[in-house]
Amino acid sequence: MNSSTLINGLFIFMLAGFIGFEVIRRVSPLLHTPLMSLTNALDAIAVVGAIVLVGEHKSTLSAVLGTLAVIAATSNIVGGFLITDRMLKMFKSSRPAAKS
Amino acid sequence: MNEFAAHQVVIEIIYLVASALFILSLKWMSSPTTARHGVWAGELGMLLAIGGTLLHHGIVEYKWIAIALVLGTVIGVPLGRVQMTAVPQRTALSHAFGALCVTLVGTAEFYLRSPDISRFMMSVLSMEVILGSLTFTGSLMAAGKLQEILPQRPLTYRGQNFVNFLLLAIAVVLAVCLVLHPEARQLYPFMLVIALAFGVLLVIPIGGADMPTVISLLNAYAGLSAAAMGFVLNNKLLIVAGALDGSSGLILSVIMSKAMNRSFTNVLFGAFGQVQASAVTGQEAKPVRSATAEEAAAILSAANKVVVVPGYGMAVAQAQHKVRELYDALGKRGVDVRFAIHPVAGRMPGHMNVLLAEADIPYDRLMDMDDINGDFPQTDVALVIGANDVTNPAARTDASSPIYGMPILDVDKAHTVMVIKRGMSPGFAGIDNPLYYLDNTLMLFGDAKAFVGSIVRELTGGGHS
Repeated sequence: MNSSTLINGLFIFMLAGFIGFEVIRRVSPLLHTPLMSLTNALDAIAVVGAIVLVGEHKSTLSAVLGTLAVIAATSNIVGGFLITDRMLKMFKSSRPAAKS
Repeated sequence: MNEFAAHQVVIEIIYLVASALFILSLKWMSSPTTARHGVWAGELGMLLAIGGTLLHHGIVEYKWIAIALVLGTVIGVPLGRVQMTAVPQRTALSHAFGALCVTLVGTAEFYLRSPDISRFMMSVLSMEVILGSLTFTGSLMAAGKLQEILPQRPLTYRGQNFVNFLLLAIAVVLAVCLVLHPEARQLYPFMLVIALAFGVLLVIPIGGADMPTVISLLNAYAGLSAAAMGFVLNNKLLIVAGALDGSSGLILSVIMSKAMNRSFTNVLFGAFGQVQASAVTGQEAKPVRSATAEEAAAILSAANKVVVVPGYGMAVAQAQHKVRELYDALGKRGVDVRFAIHPVAGRMPGHMNVLLAEADIPYDRLMDMDDINGDFPQTDVALVIGANDVTNPAARTDASSPIYGMPILDVDKAHTVMVIKRGMSPGFAGIDNPLYYLDNTLMLFGDAKAFVGSIVRELTGGGHS
């Protein structure tokens, strides 16, 4: 890696950090639990690095570690999106249908 | 442009779109009306990113990728279907899995690249692995405590902070050695093991009531380690996702630490759980007034405005569905019922809101501490169910109290306070609550679920429920 890719990476990190801060600051405390499970699922995007590691199969060690990593990340993706959606489905307003 | 470069451009563009979808996903989380779009945007971004990655030119072997994706799904589906009360431990477990993935990839990259590894690369790789492994074991510990496999009480010993800092310092020194001498591969396993041990020791002194802060902090660590992995792999999508997750965890940690009146440095250095050290004042001889379910029902039905203050005790007693029946019964009598949620109620940020939403209580009835505190003086009855320290007026008035300065729900300002509690034992932090001895406080002794159930029976008239 040369220094310009490093600087590019730092720029992206800085900008994404600020965007994250501004966007998440606006999330209502009502939804902090689903927020955390959603960011958890998004964070599991690390799976792409693990997929490349398995697919390139450069060494047995890297393939084994990569496979375990893909399993761990995929379970986060599937479980994270599933439970976030389940939680959000439960949040109902009293206005449309007051009581059932 | 050769075929190799063209592939790479396509993948980068897909990653760009996925990054945008991730940001939109979080933006839509700002309101319950759009939040589900957020999930869909996130899912779409994820699918695109995974699909794009499979186009990667270096991938020669698809079988194990497919097997791992299937196995991950098999593990993930049950983790997505846990009970809502178990969401905190599920979240801790998924922080652990995320961190595990990052640590494994970092380790594989180290052994593939060393000794031919630049200093900068080795620095971020060490950061990725140290953060990843301490988050992995720390989150496993947190999940174990929340699931009550491990003891919930904080374990403290003399010189604990010293030992912890020493371990972390050793891990950092090893990392520096590796940066300077990447050919010294034998140092790597030591760095890994020490960081893993540090994660365990970091969470040992933490008790259940501090879990919201810890989970948020581990969330931030998990995000940062993923961002570091993005630098190692030169993957911009990973940097973006890691930065988003990191800032989310950081914001939640700050909110939680403010709600518990801990300084942010206190949180950053993992020095939680110190409130427990303060002594319990064993004065239980003071008189309290208690009431029966019948009396409580009469007072509630005569009220105009009722505010329910739920705490983790409500979730432990599984009382939320009975609370919803109470909400309905009072609603039918024209009583205005709202819920006051303290930021650290429950075992993770926002946990109480999810439990009440699951019990079908409309979210516009759930109020933040700042929105409801001004209304307590106009409230006829504040009904405290399974909450203790977050209602303790000593936090406002008694400078010698260990929780002095912590923002609380001002329930004592309501005309009548009713507290459902098993007995007079002090709360988690071991602090006596003067609220119970006030003239306008009525203690309702009993199990939360059973007691709310009997109030509901009184209100709906007759013993049939």
